[in-house]
Amino acid sequence: MVGKIEPVNGSVKSGSNNPTNSATMTSNAKSDLLNSLSFKSFKLKTKQQELLIRVSILFLVYVLAFITRLFSVLRYESMIHEFDPYFNYRTTLFLTQKGFYEFWNWFDSESWYPLGRIIGGTLYPGLMVTAAIIYWGLRFLKFAVHIREVCVLTAPFFASNTTLVAYFFGKEIWDSGAGLVAAALIAICPGYISRSVAGSYDNEGVAIFALLLTFYLFVKAVNTGSLAWALASAFGYFYMVSAWGGYVFIINLIPLYVLVLLITGRYSMRLYVAYNCMYILGMLLAMQIRFVGFQHVQSGEHMAAMGVFFLIQVFYFLDWVKYMLSDTKLFQSFLKITVTSAVAVGTVALGVGTASGYISPWTGRFYSLLDPTYAKDHIPIIASVSEHQPTAWSSFMFDFHILLFLFPAGLYFCFKRLSDATIFIVMYGLTSMYFAGVMVRLILVATPAVCLISAIAVSATIKNLTQLVRAKPKVSQISSSKGVSNVKSSSKGSLDQSQPFQKNGAVALLFGAFYLLSKYATHCTWVTSEAYSSPSIVLAARGAHGNRVIFDDYREAYFWLRQNTPQDAKIMSWWDYGYQITAMGNRTVIVDNNTWNNTHIATVGRAMSSYEDEAYEIMRSLDVDYVLVVFGGVTGYSSDDINKFLWMVRIGGGVFPVIKEPDYLVNGEYRVDKGAAPKMLNCLMYKLSYYRFGELVTEYGKPPGYDRARGVEIGNKDIKLEHLEEAFTTSNWIVRIYRVKPPNNRW
Amino acid sequence: MAFKFDLLLITLAVILSPVLSDLIFSKVDRRIDLTSQIVRISSTIRVENEGTDVVSEVLLTFPKEQAKHLAHIQATLNEGKGKTKGSAIKFPVDVVYPKEMPPALKFYSVSLPKGLNKGDSLTFDVLAVFTHVLRPFPETITQADVQFVVFLDSAYFLSPYTVKVQSLSVKLPEARIESYTKLENTKIHGSEIKYGPYENLPPYSFTPIRFHFENNKPFPVAQELVREIEISHWGSIQITEHYNLVHGGAQSRGEFSRLDYQARPYAKGASAFRNLVAKLPPRTHSVYYRDEIGNISTSHLWGDSKKTELEIEPRYPMFGGWKTSFTIGYSLPLQDFLFQDQGKRFLNISFGSPINDVVIDRLIVRVVLPEGSSDISVYVPFSHKQWHETKFSHLDIEGRPVVVLEKENVVPEHNQHFQVYYKFNSISMLREPLMLIFGFFILFVSCIIYMHSDMSISKSSASYLAKLQWDEVQTVIQQVQNVINRCLTIHDKLEASLRDLSRTGDVQACKAVRKTVDASLKELSKELKPLISFLQSSQQATHILPKVEELVAKERDLQERLVAKHTTVVDCYEKKLGGREIENRVASQQQRITTLRQEVDDLLEFIDEI
Repeated sequence: MVGKIEPVNGSVKSGSNNPTNSATMTSNAKSDLLNSLSFKSFKLKTKQQELLIRVSILFLVYVLAFITRLFSVLRYESMIHEFDPYFNYRTTLFLTQKGFYEFWNWFDSESWYPLGRIIGGTLYPGLMVTAAIIYWGLRFLKFAVHIREVCVLTAPFFASNTTLVAYFFGKEIWDSGAGLVAAALIAICPGYISRSVAGSYDNEGVAIFALLLTFYLFVKAVNTGSLAWALASAFGYFYMVSAWGGYVFIINLIPLYVLVLLITGRYSMRLYVAYNCMYILGMLLAMQIRFVGFQHVQSGEHMAAMGVFFLIQVFYFLDWVKYMLSDTKLFQSFLKITVTSAVAVGTVALGVGTASGYISPWTGRFYSLLDPTYAKDHIPIIASVSEHQPTAWSSFMFDFHILLFLFPAGLYFCFKRLSDATIFIVMYGLTSMYFAGVMVRLILVATPAVCLISAIAVSATIKNLTQLVRAKPKVSQISSSKGVSNVKSSSKGSLDQSQPFQKNGAVALLFGAFYLLSKYATHCTWVTSEAYSSPSIVLAARGAHGNRVIFDDYREAYFWLRQNTPQDAKIMSWWDYGYQITAMGNRTVIVDNNTWNNTHIATVGRAMSSYEDEAYEIMRSLDVDYVLVVFGGVTGYSSDDINKFLWMVRIGGGVFPVIKEPDYLVNGEYRVDKGAAPKMLNCLMYKLSYYRFGELVTEYGKPPGYDRARGVEIGNKDIKLEHLEEAFTTSNWIVRIYRVKPPNNRW
Repeated sequence: MAFKFDLLLITLAVILSPVLSDLIFSKVDRRIDLTSQIVRISSTIRVENEGTDVVSEVLLTFPKEQAKHLAHIQATLNEGKGKTKGSAIKFPVDVVYPKEMPPALKFYSVSLPKGLNKGDSLTFDVLAVFTHVLRPFPETITQADVQFVVFLDSAYFLSPYTVKVQSLSVKLPEARIESYTKLENTKIHGSEIKYGPYENLPPYSFTPIRFHFENNKPFPVAQELVREIEISHWGSIQITEHYNLVHGGAQSRGEFSRLDYQARPYAKGASAFRNLVAKLPPRTHSVYYRDEIGNISTSHLWGDSKKTELEIEPRYPMFGGWKTSFTIGYSLPLQDFLFQDQGKRFLNISFGSPINDVVIDRLIVRVVLPEGSSDISVYVPFSHKQWHETKFSHLDIEGRPVVVLEKENVVPEHNQHFQVYYKFNSISMLREPLMLIFGFFILFVSCIIYMHSDMSISKSSASYLAKLQWDEVQTVIQQVQNVINRCLTIHDKLEASLRDLSRTGDVQACKAVRKTVDASLKELSKELKPLISFLQSSQQATHILPKVEELVAKERDLQERLVAKHTTVVDCYEKKLGGREIENRVASQQQRITTLRQEVDDLLEFIDEI
């Protein structure tokens, strides 16, 4: 600070010529700190200094967002996590090896045997294409990276990019301070990290980036009325459509937003330009994605956007008529006629479209979002997925922490300064919060909105507080700036203060805010490292001596399948493991996580819940060579097939009424011990899980056949298999593979 | 089948039996080692020249069926007992196809260093190593069974020469022997079976013998092993070995029961192996063990100054016929393996796999030299196929030259050092770091260029011009602020001089300060003039101009008052008035100054916000 040229504001205000007034110095510490950070002595322009600080903060946030997601790589290894990412990885591998057109026309015979799956027409290719482009780009720059590393790091990379978008979005709706806070909050928010840690190579990883980008560009387009921004948002939307099925959220939220603006009388030419350009171009682009295709103009989910599109034309027309007609009365009656006829035409068109089958009705998944209880009654396959359950309060707290409290505060600030942009963020926040409440995994969609709105709260509060802190010192300090005491001026200074302890209060509140934010940071880091960085393929536990024990049974089994079964072997397992078996085991599966054919899954569910000889018939008809079950009885791993079994029964029973859920229950209770239902004790799943388990002592002091996952001694210890034989069991018994024997010779 | 074939061979041999030369084998001792999956037959042969010509070649014979599996053959001079083996002289051994020889035999010729004269004799050792000659019988076994294998050979030494005295001893593993061929003079001691001595047998004598015995030694066979040795002149050699491993013993059939295997691994799973040990060179570091689907966590590493031992467990126990594939990689310090010789560098490193007792059906060694290496030549002590490739790795432009060596049927005897000579300029090492530095440099430069360049399309549009002007105005305002701030600093100086005065009473010093202050203030006001006039002329500045002008006016006012106060105080001191008096006189001025200062600060802040 002691440059040749005296700094501009700080030292003058704090009276650097007066070394005696230490009291003011301490109270002024904060602004001094700010000043020293601002590189005044470098003689930069104020704007440049601000830019420098902003860019360096953004850069740090960018890096932070990336490295905080690397826990899983450091703890375990650079690997793909969970279930769906394995499919994405496999398709990306295919794309990089065979090229785009092969990928687009890929008929995959390795899954859904004997139906197969047309991959190009049934996936969102955005993620794979993105990873492949990154891979090719790096290759072009002569970095010989492996495609797996690219896939593993795609999600963190896009999370970093999301922070940038959050910054610009925050800047657009509030100011650059809010943008910076939003970037920092979203960089470490657990709700987002849960889907974007390194290795979580899933659609959501890039989709959240695309979602926020589209929203940002659209808001920008609405704010500026510029065709260029609207065009950009159409492309953002195209990227989102190519990446994730959640694009439906965009194509419903934006029309809703436009509708709200129309109703609140905020219709403007800017809005007209932005929405028309975005909708028409976005629609045309989205229809290029084969999985979406004509659904975009035909299915019920997309009709809202089209309706609003026509409505805004009516508005434009009315506006024009109003401009042409100077008579208000005439216009009023015209307005009535037009609105009535427009609504009537719209309703008739919708009715005719639905009746003629041109407009398809809403899908079950869409219904289950609007009505949380719908899936439970009608689509067990959706209800069976744990991430489709309604969200518990604790997981809100877990994923948002202080943001949950800052969110309403931010809403308050938004309402206080209502503009087109803040209306948008409020609507985005409220709708996505609703969806987050319906389904656990949609917390992810709410996260950017919550971060942005909370950032507004944080930024506005801190700005107000620092203004209070910074404004005060002058009077009191100048009064003491001279050795000569001046009673009058100091009394005048104190008169200026409206409240006596305002400054102290502000400082205290600032410290409080700082404390909360630092708590948030620690919470996020803790959650990331403890809860969201496990690959779920490799299980880790603490041993008796505090050492880490690794259960690598999944890969053991998949690799065994890959190496020691015939190339064309068909594996039957519950659909959860389908993607992993095809990706890691490189073998054909009957059903996988795509769940596009409920009947096929129900067939597998039926086989699993039938007696062995009945199941054998089903398996013969499906050409099954091996059956794979996951069993946690030895290790106490609770998400195994026995615990999922009731869903198999339900899904199987949904298609084949032979299977009845009550047959497997005793007084409505699900048990595997001696008191279990006889059908339960003899169904295929039970037999395959517990085959020869009755001879094993799992825990000291317990009888043999003690199931550690359910904490009971099993009910059927003498299991004989007639048509199957044990082919392989992993070292901790987590995965068991059985070979289906060929039929006996008939002589 | 092999048995019948051998019988046919005998008849052939008896019919043909041409005499090659006048050599005879006066004594042959054969030892067959059947303890592992690799069969080693070592023979000590005493050869005598009974003819007249000088002979420098000795022929060795193996049946084709056996020769197909011959992995390695070497002949060394036997200098009697007590001599160290290390200094043994090796004789070159080549395949030959002499005329009029039975087609069921394959001939190897041992070239003696100097011809054998009439009546001379010489003793040498022949070591022949065979793979895949132990045939599992029964061919499929269950998990609980032990593994039996069959081995076939001749009790007599198959040779184109007359053998005077010969004997054979067969070493079997210390386990059950199901059956073995009993001939005359057959003795059995524990696990060792002795045949002979037999005397004066004519050329091509052959008597089949058959051993059927238990062998539960691991039978790991690498169907393919690709070793990639990559040299980095930054200090390490990275070796990556991709194994395609299969258990080459009896095929397993029926159930695999984890329960049985877990409870009694040696009874239920005797033929399986669960781990392999790789003996790596000392100072090995950065070891990893993985496969196509990720890291394999079951491995252990020990190291001392002489060696590093890596124990790896495949993901699952290997039963007969089960396959696995994995990759191990490690780094070695460069100075241990790379040397310089006559301006050339050469790599001297072992050829085969570091894992003990692995039979390698096909070994491919790829030596990746640094980019820019030239004059590459390879020396390998045994026959092999060789070609060149190019590999592209990080930041390569023309690619790294790769020497590929291929050899089939490799046994631990092939773990010999081979040399790759090449020329490499150390400057080339810096190429890649420089490329990186240059790349980042370009990136930053382009950023700077972007920040300073003007990308707008129409340079004459109103908004563009307005933006330019606004930028200018901002710069000027910044300058104004700067000047004002300097004025304020000078004011502070003036105040300081007053305080000094009150402390020391040095009027002269105070006056001097006043003088300098006056001068610099004048200068600053001069500086300020053009700036203000620019702002007045600029259109963009209209809304901010009043504030700036107010600021300047206030500052001038403040300045004047300060100077007035200064004069008053100095005057008072000169008049030697009391402190109270001075204070009273200055009080009104002081108050005004304070408020003015406050206003100036406020204005400065306001302008700053714009």
